[in-house]
Amino acid sequence: MKKKSGILLSTAVLLTSAVLCACGGGENAQNTQSSNTSSESQTETAQQTASGEPAQGGSVVVGMTQDIVSLDPHVETDAGTRAVVFNLYEGLVKPTVNGDLEPAVASDYEISEDAKTYTFTLRDGVTFHDGSAVTAEDVKYSIERFAENSSESSAFSNLADVVIVDDHTIEVELTEGYSEFLPDLAEAVIIPDDVEDINATPVGTGPYKFVSYTPGQSIQLARYDGYWGGAAYLDSAEFKIVADMETAFMELQAGTIDVLNYLTADQVSALGDQFNIVEGSMHLVHAMFLNNDYEPLSDVRVRQAICYAVDRQSINDFLFGGKSQLIGSHMIPALEKYYESAAEDVYTYDPEQAKSLLAEAGYADGFDLEIAVPSSYSQHVDTAQIIVEQLKAVGINATIRLVEWSTWLDEVYSGRNYQATVIGFDGTLAPSDWLAKYRSDASNNIANFKNDEYDQKIDEALATVDDSEKVTLYKELQMILAQNAASVYIEDPADFVAVNKRIGGYQFYPVAATDLASMYITE
Amino acid sequence: MKEKQFRKKHNWQLIIGCGLTGFFVLFTIVGQFWTPYDVTAMDAAARSAPPSLAHIMGTDNFGRDVFSRVMNGCGNTFLVAFCTVGIGAVFGTAIGALTGFYGGWIDEIIMRINDAILSFPSILLALILISLLGPGKLNIIIALGIIFIPSFARIVRGEVLRCKSLEYVQSARVMGISNFRIIFAHILPNIWVSMLTAAMIGFNNAVLSEASMSYLSLGVQPPEASLGRMLSEAQSLIFNAPWYAIFPGIVIILIILGFSMISEGLRKLQWGEN
Amino acid sequence: MKYFIKKAVTLIITLLFISVITFAAFSVIPGDASMTRLGTEATPDQIEALREEMGLNKPVTERYILWLSDALRGDFGESYQYEGQQVSALLADRLPVTVLLAVISFLMILVLSVPLGILAAKHSGKWLDTAINQLTQITMAIPSFFLGIILTYIFGLILKWFQPGLFISPSENLWGSIRYLIFPAAAIALPKIAMVVKFLRNSVLSEMPKDYVRTAYSKGSSKNRALSRHILKNALIPVITFMALVVAEILAGSIIVEQVFSVPGVGRLLISAISTRDYPVVQAVVTYVTAVVVIINFVVDMLYQLADPRVKAA
Repeated sequence: MKKKSGILLSTAVLLTSAVLCACGGGENAQNTQSSNTSSESQTETAQQTASGEPAQGGSVVVGMTQDIVSLDPHVETDAGTRAVVFNLYEGLVKPTVNGDLEPAVASDYEISEDAKTYTFTLRDGVTFHDGSAVTAEDVKYSIERFAENSSESSAFSNLADVVIVDDHTIEVELTEGYSEFLPDLAEAVIIPDDVEDINATPVGTGPYKFVSYTPGQSIQLARYDGYWGGAAYLDSAEFKIVADMETAFMELQAGTIDVLNYLTADQVSALGDQFNIVEGSMHLVHAMFLNNDYEPLSDVRVRQAICYAVDRQSINDFLFGGKSQLIGSHMIPALEKYYESAAEDVYTYDPEQAKSLLAEAGYADGFDLEIAVPSSYSQHVDTAQIIVEQLKAVGINATIRLVEWSTWLDEVYSGRNYQATVIGFDGTLAPSDWLAKYRSDASNNIANFKNDEYDQKIDEALATVDDSEKVTLYKELQMILAQNAASVYIEDPADFVAVNKRIGGYQFYPVAATDLASMYITE
Repeated sequence: MKEKQFRKKHNWQLIIGCGLTGFFVLFTIVGQFWTPYDVTAMDAAARSAPPSLAHIMGTDNFGRDVFSRVMNGCGNTFLVAFCTVGIGAVFGTAIGALTGFYGGWIDEIIMRINDAILSFPSILLALILISLLGPGKLNIIIALGIIFIPSFARIVRGEVLRCKSLEYVQSARVMGISNFRIIFAHILPNIWVSMLTAAMIGFNNAVLSEASMSYLSLGVQPPEASLGRMLSEAQSLIFNAPWYAIFPGIVIILIILGFSMISEGLRKLQWGEN
Repeated sequence: MKYFIKKAVTLIITLLFISVITFAAFSVIPGDASMTRLGTEATPDQIEALREEMGLNKPVTERYILWLSDALRGDFGESYQYEGQQVSALLADRLPVTVLLAVISFLMILVLSVPLGILAAKHSGKWLDTAINQLTQITMAIPSFFLGIILTYIFGLILKWFQPGLFISPSENLWGSIRYLIFPAAAIALPKIAMVVKFLRNSVLSEMPKDYVRTAYSKGSSKNRALSRHILKNALIPVITFMALVVAEILAGSIIVEQVFSVPGVGRLLISAISTRDYPVVQAVVTYVTAVVVIINFVVDMLYQLADPRVKAA
C-alpha cells in the first residue's frame, strides 16, 4: 500500500522541472574564467602540500535555504534538491561543467540517423553504493520508472521501448525521431530495480553515498570508495538546511557553512577575505511574467510599454552588482548554440516610448497592476519592488502581493489566476525545454501566450532532425517572444558562491548541481 | 519639603508617556503627507549609506531614505494598532457590558472562553489566525482585533459588576430606566479610566504584535514600509548597514514605551501611588 | 479534592474544546493540502486519489474522531512537507531543544528577577527602586526579535562570543548546546524579567502593611529578617500563578526568537509548517503548545491551592 502511494505521488510531485526560482547553478563561457582563476590559486596551495594531487580527507558543509523535496531521483523536484542528489545518482550520461554530456553509467552511445534509436553500451565495473553491479535490468527499470513518473508534456511521452540487447547493451527507442533526447536521459538516473522505497534508502552510482537525512536540518553524505571514476577527495559532506538566507549568511561568516550559493552583491561585498567568491550564472530566465489573457495586458502595446518601462540594467545593478547577463527572451545565454542575442536589444529602457505606447493603447492614465511574488524568495521580492518604482514613472500603479510558495503554485502556476508575477524558470540542456511552454496549448504556458506562427514553428523545430534548421527555428521563436512582449525578460542572474578558502575545487554546472567530487581541502 | 509635594503632584510617567506618544503620533501624521524623501524612491548612488546630514538615519540597500521610511512606516504601525484596539474595545465592551449586566449561564460560558483565550500568549493566537487567514495587513488587523476582545470584555465586565451594585445604578433600575440606558448612560461613563488603561496596554501589545508579525513576513507587505518589516529586511544587511536595523528598532521601543508609561501613569491616577 | 475534580474536569473540557477548534479551523481553510503536495501538473484523478488516500473526502466529524483517537495515542499523522515523516517524530526531534531553551530562559528569569524584585520592594520609593522600575519599563518595551538581532550582532558578529547558527544538538553535546542557547534565552528572558520584577515588587509591597508583618517588626525583627522569614513566603504565592503566564510567554517568545537565532526548535517547525501549509504539523504543534499552557495553568492552580488553602473553589 505504501509503495503504491509513493508512485502515485511521484507522478507529479511538487514541481515540473521547469519552474523554479531558487534554482540551478551553472556556468557560462565568459564567467568560467573568473571561477577558474579563483580556484587556480587554491589548486596551487593544495599542490604544494600534496605533490600535485589534492589529498583525500576532510569534509565540507554546504548551506541551503530550502529543505529537499524528495531523495527519490525520479520525482520532479526543485533545483535545491537536484543539486544535492547530483552526488548520489548518475544517468547513462551526465552533464559536464561546460554544458556537454559525458558518458557515465554507459561508456558509449550511438544515435541512429532518424533519431529514433539510442544505443548505449554499459560501462564495466559500475557498482551501486551497496556494492552490487549495475545490470541492464536496472537500467531498463530506471528509465521506465522515470518515464512513468514524467508528466505528459515531458519528452518521455515519446518513449516507445527500452530493449535489453545483451548484458552490456541497451536500446532506447522513441516513437518519433527526436534529437534532443540525451539531456532528458541524463535525468533518468540509474537506481537498483529491487529497492522498495528509494526515498527512504537512496542508492545510486554516484561518487557519494547517502548516510542520513534529518528533515529541516541536514543531509549527510559520505564518499563511496567503489566509485567507477575513482574515489573523491572529501571523506564526507553535509548539506545544511537553514531557515533563510540571512541566517545562512551569518553561519557562513561564522564558519559553520563552507559553501553558500545565491549571495547578493551586497553580501559579497560584506564578506571578509577568508572566502573565495566564485561567480557564475544561475541559469534561470528571471522575468516578470505577464498574463496575456488579463485585460490591459492582452494588448501587445501595453506589454511592450511595460518592457520599455522596466530598466533591466538597474535591476541588475541593484541586486547583482551589474554582473548578470541581461536577456530579452526565454532562453539562457549558456545554451550558446541556440541563444538569440538580438532579442536582448528589442527593448531598451525608454519611459517616453512606454508612455506613448500606453497612450496609443488607451491607457494614457495608466492602470492598476498586481504583481504576485512568492514571499520566500527575496530576490524576486526585491526585483518586484524595483519594477513597481519603475512602472510608477510611466503611470502604471503596480502593487505587490506576496504569496506563499504553495499558493503561488496553486493560483499563479497551475491556475494562471494572476496579472503579473516575478519568478525564475530553469530548464534542461534541451532548448525545447525552455521554449515549448509558450505553445498555445502547453499545459505550462504560464503567460497564456497565443501565437499561431509560434505554434507552427515550435512544432517544426521539435520535429526536425536537421541541426542548423533547428537552430534557426529556435532563434526565430525567441524573437517572436521578444517582439510580442510575451513577458518582461530581465536577466540570467549572476550567481555568487562564497567558498571558504579551506575548500578548493568548487565548480559551476549549467544544471542544478553542487559537485562534491571536485572539492578538496586546501590546508 | 516643598519639592516633595511638587513631585507627588506630578504624574511624571503620564506626562512623559503622553509626550512620547504625542510626538510619535505627530511624527507619523506628518509622515503620511510629507517625508524628506519619497518613501519608495530608490537611489543607486546612495545605497546603504551611513547616517549623514542628508540621510539622518542612513539609507537601505536600495538607497531609500530610512528616516522617511520610518516616518511613513509608523503609519502602518499606528493604523494596525488603532484598528485592532478599536475592534477589541467595541466588541469587548459590548460583550463585557452585556454579560456583566445580565449574568447567567451565557456569562459563565463566555467568561470561561475568555479566560481560556487570555491564558494564551497573543502572538501564538495571532500566528494561528494568520495561518488560517493568510498574511497581509488587513488579516493582521482582524487577527489581532479578535485577540484583544477578551481583555476588554473582562475589564468592562468587572467594572460593570462593580457599578451594578452602586447606589445610583440601583436607584436608576428602580426608577425603571431601561437596561440599555443604564449601561450606556450610567455605567460606561464611569469606567473610562479603566478602559483607557486597557486601551493603552492594547496599543502596547498591538505595536509589538504587528512588528513581530511583519518581522516574520506575515504582516505588512513590501514595498510598503512597516517597522517590523524593515527590521526583517535589515537583519540580512546588519553588517553593511546596522543603522537600518537600529533606528526602526529604537522607534518601536520608544512607541511601546510611550504607551506603557501612559498606562502606568493612568493606573497611578486611578489607584494612587502603589 | 472537590476543587481538584472540578478543575480537572474543566481542564479536560478545555483541551477538547481547543482540539475541536483547531481541527475545525484547519479543516475549512481554503487551499487543499493535496494540491500543494501534487504540485503543478496534477490531473483531477490524481488529486481525487490522493484526497482519498489522505482521508480528505470523509465527513469532517469522522475525520475529527479519527484524528483525535490517533492524537491521543501520540500519532499526529504524516507531515505533508516531509514526505514519509511522522509528525510525532518531527516533534520529538524538536521538542528537547525548545524545552531546553525554555528552561534556560525560565532559570534566567528566576535568578535575576527574584532578587531584583525584592530589592526594589525593600527600597521602595528610593532611587534604587526608581532605577529598577525605569529599567524594567524600558526592557519590557524591547521586542524580543529586535533584542535577538542586536545580541547576534554584538555577541555573535562583533565580539564573536558565539557562532550564530552553530547550534549543537543537546543530545550530542549538552554543554555546547546550553552555551549557544544562552543568547536566544536571554533575548526571550529579558523582557519577561521586567514583568516578574514588577509583579514581585508589588506583591511584596502589598504584604508589607499586613498585621503579621507589623507583629514581626514589633517583636524586633529586622527588615531583612521580616522579609526573608515572613513576607516572602506570602508574597511569592501570587507569583506562582503569575509564573504560569510567564511560561506561556516564554513559549511564545521562543517561536520568534528561534527564527532569529535559527534554533531548530518547535517554533521554527511551526513557522515553516505555516508557510508550507503543512497542516498536520501546524495542528500538532498548536495542540501541543495549547495543551502545555492549559496543563501548566492547571498545575499552578493546584500549587496555589496547596500553598494557600484560603483559595476557595470559586
